[in-house]
Amino acid sequence: MSATQTEPVPATLPRLSREPVVGTATVSAVHAPSDVRARDEESRAWLDDLRSDGAVREDAVARLHALLVRGARFELNRRRAQLAALRLDDLDDLATQCADDACVAVLGKLDDFRGESRFTTWVYKFAILHAASHVRKLAWRGRELPQEPETWERFEGSRGPDDDAEQSELLDAIRGAIDQDLTPHQRRVLLALAVDGVPIDVLADRLSTNRNALYKTLHDARRKLRASLAKKGLE
Amino acid sequence: MSDLVHRLLGPGGDGLDCDGCFALLDRYVELELTGDDADRAVPGMREHLDGCPACAEEHDSLLELAADG
Repeated sequence: MSATQTEPVPATLPRLSREPVVGTATVSAVHAPSDVRARDEESRAWLDDLRSDGAVREDAVARLHALLVRGARFELNRRRAQLAALRLDDLDDLATQCADDACVAVLGKLDDFRGESRFTTWVYKFAILHAASHVRKLAWRGRELPQEPETWERFEGSRGPDDDAEQSELLDAIRGAIDQDLTPHQRRVLLALAVDGVPIDVLADRLSTNRNALYKTLHDARRKLRASLAKKGLE
Repeated sequence: MSDLVHRLLGPGGDGLDCDGCFALLDRYVELELTGDDADRAVPGMREHLDGCPACAEEHDSLLELAADG
């Protein structure tokens, strides 16, 4: 049992997960008890303040928003090359806009925080998600999704001059499996994401679905391709 | 395996989906930062990050930002 697991659960903090969330592996984190205690106390203070009323809550929401602006700015700066057309003021506005959206999401999901990380790390992931998704959509604004003939040209163009016969046979078999084994929707999703490099958030928007549903479609398509290759002795 | 083949076939195996990845990403990143075996503690995360470029980008950002405090 880890040090984390020996700590008593504070009354007002969400229950720390004692069980593995996925699969059968056990939690292996070993943190100094004092670190864990400090982390839990800080998290509890955040949650208590955000769940209170009046000035305390207002102050906590303002601090939360400032954290989210910091996270969004960090992500936007990492993607500065994709935002070359934006002025610095626009970048600040965009960071605030992403932080606004992320703030709504965080406040709506406070019960999901289980104390398995610092509260700030949990909060930052919302800022990063919203900023990254926003930039991907901005970068594709006004661009049409590639059509299949263009996609297949890209597919064929990716064959390198040094590809050996084995690699070439594999690509032929994959192309055949894409044509024969996938549904039209699976084919469209796989080709857009894997060959055309359309970001998953952008494709989700254009197809009026969500990122998780698209990933599941991608996963199913990949599984079919692997099964097809295995039948041919190519995997 | 070429990049294209990897993007088409993915990493294989059953990893998390994007929602599962987001739910566990903060925990995974902090385990990485403390030098713990994050892959053992969060099964399926590594496979997902290897097969989903968007989640992988966000993982890299969170790792860097969380390391900074």
